[in-house]
Amino acid sequence: MKISFTINGKTQTVEADENTPLLWVIRDGLGLKGTKFGCGKAACGACTVQVDGGAVRSCSYAVKFAQGKSITTIEGLSQGKELHPVQQAWVEEIVPQCGYCQPGFMMATAALLDKIPQPSDDDIDENIVNVCRCGTYYRMRKAIHRAAKIKQS
Amino acid sequence: MHRHLRTCGLSLKACLYQSYYKNYPLTRKYDYMKDNNSVNIKSKPRRRFLIKASIGTAVILGAWAGIAPMRRIVAKKINEIDLEYENSYKPITWFEVKADNTIVLHSPKVEMGQGVFTGMAQIAAEELEVSIAQVQVVNAVSLDRPVDKFATGGSTSIAGLWDVLRELAAQMREMLRNSAANIWNVPAESLTIKNGVVTGKGQQLTYGQIVQKTTEWEVPKEVKLKDKKEYKVIGKAIPRIDLKPKVMGEPIFGLDVSMPGMLYGAVVRPDKIDATFKSADTSQAEKMPGVVKVVLEKDFVGVVAKTYVQAHNAKKAIKVQWKVNRVWQQKDIEDMLKVGEGTDFVIQKKGSAKRALREDGVIEASFSTPIGAHAHLEPNGAVALVEKNKATIKISTQVVNMTREEVAKRLELNTNQVEVQATFLGGGFGRRLHTPNAVQAAVLSKAVGKPVHVFFDRQEEFQNDTFRPPTHHVLRATLNKKGLIHAIEHNVSSGDVAFGSPLTPGYAEILAGADFGAWRGGMIQYEAIPNFRAVSWRVKLPFATSWWRSLGLLANTFAIESFIDELALKAGKDPVQFRLAQIQNDERGQRLKGVIEAAAKKANWGKPVPKGRALGFAASTDANTPVAQVAEVSIDNGRIKVHKVTCAIDPGIVVNPDGVRAQCEGAIIMGISASMFEKMEIKDGAVGPTIYGAYEMALMRDAPKEIDVVLLEGSSKPSGVGEPPLGPIGAAIANAVYQLTNQRLRSLPLTLA
Repeated sequence: MKISFTINGKTQTVEADENTPLLWVIRDGLGLKGTKFGCGKAACGACTVQVDGGAVRSCSYAVKFAQGKSITTIEGLSQGKELHPVQQAWVEEIVPQCGYCQPGFMMATAALLDKIPQPSDDDIDENIVNVCRCGTYYRMRKAIHRAAKIKQS
Repeated sequence: MHRHLRTCGLSLKACLYQSYYKNYPLTRKYDYMKDNNSVNIKSKPRRRFLIKASIGTAVILGAWAGIAPMRRIVAKKINEIDLEYENSYKPITWFEVKADNTIVLHSPKVEMGQGVFTGMAQIAAEELEVSIAQVQVVNAVSLDRPVDKFATGGSTSIAGLWDVLRELAAQMREMLRNSAANIWNVPAESLTIKNGVVTGKGQQLTYGQIVQKTTEWEVPKEVKLKDKKEYKVIGKAIPRIDLKPKVMGEPIFGLDVSMPGMLYGAVVRPDKIDATFKSADTSQAEKMPGVVKVVLEKDFVGVVAKTYVQAHNAKKAIKVQWKVNRVWQQKDIEDMLKVGEGTDFVIQKKGSAKRALREDGVIEASFSTPIGAHAHLEPNGAVALVEKNKATIKISTQVVNMTREEVAKRLELNTNQVEVQATFLGGGFGRRLHTPNAVQAAVLSKAVGKPVHVFFDRQEEFQNDTFRPPTHHVLRATLNKKGLIHAIEHNVSSGDVAFGSPLTPGYAEILAGADFGAWRGGMIQYEAIPNFRAVSWRVKLPFATSWWRSLGLLANTFAIESFIDELALKAGKDPVQFRLAQIQNDERGQRLKGVIEAAAKKANWGKPVPKGRALGFAASTDANTPVAQVAEVSIDNGRIKVHKVTCAIDPGIVVNPDGVRAQCEGAIIMGISASMFEKMEIKDGAVGPTIYGAYEMALMRDAPKEIDVVLLEGSSKPSGVGEPPLGPIGAAIANAVYQLTNQRLRSLPLTLA
């Protein structure tokens, strides 16, 4: 079936089986490879994107539900050349190691800061539940607090 | 001078384009400067190629550094008879100087998060006298670049490249300086270099300009490497150079590779251990939507379809018959894996521990660790394009060379007909030290004549992992009248790590005697103890076990350092002082003492801690790097909580302090994950769990809010960093838990009674 949505500010119409996970439409259909496949069962968060501003694990979100909605991926997080506060904070804290899970974490963090502009450590623990095997959580926590400050200023 | 370079020297190649445009044949005369046993290549570049080609690259520096001595002799012989450029013994490319004055460094090591690209760039920039921004690091592709003959792993990259890279970079700098001196007709010594710009008598030339103007190169016989105190780039906490693509989500990983006309493949993998492929019924799968071809081979069956989802749906419709040799249960494995079962080999011995431990008063304890999964986030996979007499593989792998050889063998091609292009790795951790999935991708591509992308789903990753082997340890010791250790023995039983790996040649097993991966970290590091002994027991398990970041270090250090803590308390001694009192007085001992004292001091060891918390201490030595850690722990609602970890590490020369800190932080968190949560088990012949969450791992909430890293530089050379800080963490936590609860936890994952 044909499904239309906005992705990173652009309107797109895609032809896909309605139950295809949004992840594969984004990655293979639209060629936006920043959103990662980790587990296919919404268990790791590597595929996190925003749908109408909320964090969604796109590997387990059928494309039919995206009809008429606005999707943001890591490629659309920054405004042109200007980094999003979350990306800026990630750079300043030198968060990534292998980097594979990082887009998912950044998308989840951007959604968190829209909901809770100054998250406490507990807010972070409850809301950022993606998996990072390199163990960058320690720097991520610092980066999330820093991103909140950058966004406020 | 570095050993390799003293015997092999350097080559400089202009007219490099021929390696890209094979239509231009190029022959080259190699001359040898016999007096200093080094190779000086006077190239006769064809200027028209230089002018014709406008891609900006102007010169490549190649060298034989890193090629095994036997092969070097062969290379020399062949080169003496004026060989064509297209030979497999040509110098390999390390650097390219581009017209825009940037340097491309072709890395023999892959970047899997450990920061090796940044470290290499710093080392090269230092001796090249360029800024870090001028250095671009790319993966060497397998044809004529410095592909590592072994692998990226074992915490060896920076330590192994330290001399080679500095030598090559310094040679190149002097060649450029000499050339500028010739152009201006002034003495080379009168010229200064900064940021890749040579200055003399009011004139300036960039490296990029020099290579455009140079046709004959003068190779210096010897170059002087900088002293540590002269370093401007090495030792600086430069942000890792791959930050931007990683923060912007650029398509840099194997899974992100796309080729025109690319199809998707899926391979059926067993869901049981000890199972081999027999046959398959593919009739249903062939009718599934999007299927291009079902490929039935003697050892596997796969399907190629237009999309990933179609390929995986069709895969589920293939009915495979497996030969299952036995339906294994967890208890079967535990019964096999006991000290005293299998074959033993003494890996360390001093004095007469065996005799001493026959006497009365022996303190004994046993420990165990479970099967561990790699659980790296980017699944294994490969993109293959097989054409007539040629195969191209793009893959996240730690073993470029082995992958090339395996693909060549299966397709019956020569290795130089297979090009393996490594990408950035979405985690390595040892899981990609064998990537035979490239062969499957190649077979599928050959069957359909198009590029095919094949990758594991998560269940396949967990089911077909090459696991960290489970271990069982027995430790025995006696104390003397002064309350120090009189004799100690560590027995470790483990599944294979290095043994049985395609990376380990058969003769190495015979030479080594015991699995050097399994016993890593299994020796007694307190060598002032008069009698000690370590024994490695090998058990062959019915599933693949192999390299997992730090190999045996995590399990062995957990057992030994928990036991040392126990002995210290039994002797009524402070665990830190107890350790310090039994360290030998050599360089290794001094460095170990250094980290133990530094960690204790930084963590305020012996001072009061917040109510409800306790400190635990542990130390290890691995890859010539000693590490000591202090864990500050509490018990919250029956759960162990690690609040803070202090880590002192001595990796010798620190190339990038921030990179070393990042590796320590990551290793500590991965170690917390493995020590407190992770466990794979066998049930009815299948390993599980097969999904994150059920396979419990450390998340944000479990990471310490404070990690203090102290860097010591107790050696004039760099040693390993990626794995050593994984050693102490398990025992440090367990030792703190003992302080809080009087429970001695002897099994991982740590679980309170």
